[in-house]
Amino acid sequence: MAVIIVLIIVSVVVAAGFLAAFLWAVRSGQYDDTVSPSVRMLFDEKKPKKNEKKTQT
Amino acid sequence: MANTNNQEEILTCYHCGEPCAEELIPFDDKPFCCNGCKMVYEILNENDLCNYYDLQSAPGISLKNRDYQEKFAFLDNREIQQKLLNFSSAKLSKIVFKVPAIHCSSCIWLLEHLDSLREGIITSRVNFVRKEVAIDFNPQVISLKTVVELLATVGYEPEINLQNASASKTKKENRRLYLQIGIAGFCFGNIMMLSFPEYLGFEGLDQNVQRFISLANIALALPVVFFSASTYFVSAYKGLAQRYVTIDVPIALGIIALFGRSLYDILTQSGPGYLDSLAGLVFFLLIGKWFQSKTYESLSFERDYKSYFPLAVHKITEGAKEVVQVNELVAGDVIEVRNREVIPADAILLSSGAAIDYSFVTGEAEAVQKKKGDRIYAGGRQVGQPIRLQIVKAVSQSYLTQLWNSDTFQRQSRYDTLIDTISKYFTVGVLLIAAATAAYWYWQGPAHILNAVTAVLIVACPCALSLATPFTLGNAMAILGRQKFYLKHMTVLEQLWQTTRVVFDKTGTLTKGSAGNVHFHGRLTQEEKNLIAAAAAGSTHPLSRMIYAETFATRQLSAGDFTERAGKGLQATVNGNQIQLGSAAWVGAQEPQAHPEATRVYVRINGALKGYYTFGNVYRQQVTETIADLRKYKLSVLSGDNEAEKANLAAMFPAGTEMAFHQRPEDKLAFIRQHQEQGEKVVMFGDGLNDAGALKQADVGIAVTEDVSAFTPASDAILYGGNFHRAGKFLKFGRDTQKVIFASFTISFLYNLIGLSFAVSANLTPLFAAILMPLSSITVVAFATFAVRGLAYKYKF
Repeated sequence: MAVIIVLIIVSVVVAAGFLAAFLWAVRSGQYDDTVSPSVRMLFDEKKPKKNEKKTQT
Repeated sequence: MANTNNQEEILTCYHCGEPCAEELIPFDDKPFCCNGCKMVYEILNENDLCNYYDLQSAPGISLKNRDYQEKFAFLDNREIQQKLLNFSSAKLSKIVFKVPAIHCSSCIWLLEHLDSLREGIITSRVNFVRKEVAIDFNPQVISLKTVVELLATVGYEPEINLQNASASKTKKENRRLYLQIGIAGFCFGNIMMLSFPEYLGFEGLDQNVQRFISLANIALALPVVFFSASTYFVSAYKGLAQRYVTIDVPIALGIIALFGRSLYDILTQSGPGYLDSLAGLVFFLLIGKWFQSKTYESLSFERDYKSYFPLAVHKITEGAKEVVQVNELVAGDVIEVRNREVIPADAILLSSGAAIDYSFVTGEAEAVQKKKGDRIYAGGRQVGQPIRLQIVKAVSQSYLTQLWNSDTFQRQSRYDTLIDTISKYFTVGVLLIAAATAAYWYWQGPAHILNAVTAVLIVACPCALSLATPFTLGNAMAILGRQKFYLKHMTVLEQLWQTTRVVFDKTGTLTKGSAGNVHFHGRLTQEEKNLIAAAAAGSTHPLSRMIYAETFATRQLSAGDFTERAGKGLQATVNGNQIQLGSAAWVGAQEPQAHPEATRVYVRINGALKGYYTFGNVYRQQVTETIADLRKYKLSVLSGDNEAEKANLAAMFPAGTEMAFHQRPEDKLAFIRQHQEQGEKVVMFGDGLNDAGALKQADVGIAVTEDVSAFTPASDAILYGGNFHRAGKFLKFGRDTQKVIFASFTISFLYNLIGLSFAVSANLTPLFAAILMPLSSITVVAFATFAVRGLAYKYKF
């Protein structure tokens, strides 16, 4: 039956990993603004260069 | 204006999406409504940033009537820079601007590509929720002033004042709440998992395993009690210290009872404890709190005069100009105020003439003409030439500041919310029941006393009760927000329940702030109208703009020989015809004595007097609908103007409406206070800074504004002007939320009764508690949410 103790510990440790990830996310400010990141990820990555071409469609 | 156009279609501006009604500037095959918009397009086009227009059509901010020259000169002042910058070194400065104009994904895109617009900007990042942009720049390459000017040129003028810096506190509080929820959720889930054998009645567990599970449960419960639930203990204690029983008191009591009883049960091995219920309870409570904390962060409800005053002005000392901070001005100083700048202190005009626009103080659209030697009150804006003024009172003593600093504005409204009132009785009730239970079991079997009493405290914990209010009012607030009626806090809704009187300010609230009802007295042919339109087009005076907008020209003519005299009128030659527009004296007409207060603009064409324009009030669309919806309340109208509109108002409002004219800001405030002293609860609709006192004094002050992100005086709620006609429905909806709350309370009391009947008989098992407590919370939350949505559906929101 002792194996259940090991299983419980493993499961809690795994869950604690996700909790740690959540805590890190909150602390690093990811929950401060929940709107702009969702928009930002859709922007084109390329940096527009000057004088490359004049018009764009 | 009626669309009796023979033009095919009104084009909308490629940049800002406004109709190009007054002007149409074609550029690069695209229509623009003004030069400002065209210029932004050019800048973006040059820098290959036209992606801006692909993300959202017409995302720009209209740049009509904006003028930035020298406006930001004060940003070169070192002291001011120090106050504004978050960080500064030789090569890096960091600053956060509040930019109310941020509204779509294109805004984010453009503001985050500022670095490719101008050398020296290192990075820029937008916080959309707070409408802020954080910019890092190199002060050796680009000055703070240039950064701000760049923002302003592309249409994102930041709001600069020294108060902005205090935003970080709420951010920290919010983060803490997230952490508390996360930890409570984690512990709740794991305790539930560990309690499963218990739920399933699984008997065959090994002694050691059983012990391990129990201890693990305790370990998991510790952070819930000491971290996640800590806010409840703190606020319960604070309340008690001020002899105030809040709803947090029975909650804290319940948590302590749950934890203590569980510890006792587990350590004496007499039962599995209630730790799953405890963690679940805290988790649900915190979610309710999170829901409650969601407000309209991006809107500012607390602004006072300081946000509108400039930070610095040009002081003239011995002929030389110098930029000084506003609060360093003393009586006797001479300052120069340019076009569109706000006059920071009461002053005497030294220049020969000035046109002061008090629109943001009084809501009046017309600029007031002043002569040399006139006293000018703080808060006005100069329109036109730069003027010189001599300060007569330091900023802190001037009219507006005094008004703001008077005691009424400091009034801290502490009133009992419904939940506060209930919790007093509730707590006493719970304690009485616990005592009675203890007494009963003392006779019947002392062994059960502890069991029964803790069970009472546990099951009476008002989780569902405390969730009813945030979910009902929070949902209602979100629904009203979608209707562009933004509440500062959900307690504002509770205040609406008791309203007995609704007070309206006239100018800017019942009437529209800017547009006037232009009416011509006399006769004009279409050709003459074309001539007048051409002449008026050359002037920037508000009255000329109104005449121009109203007089529909069929032919575009250009005026020549144009002269304009401030305060008098203008003269122009169009197609060889001489046009004169202006005051009676200017065109040489007889000024009538009957209505000297009404503004008139006379018209003379080729020497012949044609008649005059008058400018009446334009009432908002369907004001009568609002008034009809509010018939249940007593109504009042206050106006800073003369009684010219009295007849019109009397026709719109039901008989018995109180009306008062010539009301100064203090009068409005006194009017409201007088009614409150008679026991009335007053809702006030107002707009300008001159209503600010009254709005604050009122139980609910609602600021009506066309641009919700721009100007609003301190208020409890902000209503978008275009939805003013639904204001009556909003108030009714607010009233109805009371019924929903009462129904939710009833449900939660029923659950409490069921639980209590088990508890007093000492029959409350941990499993039963673990089911009953979350079930009651979920029922109440679901009921409150659906009932409020149902109400919204009924009102067609």
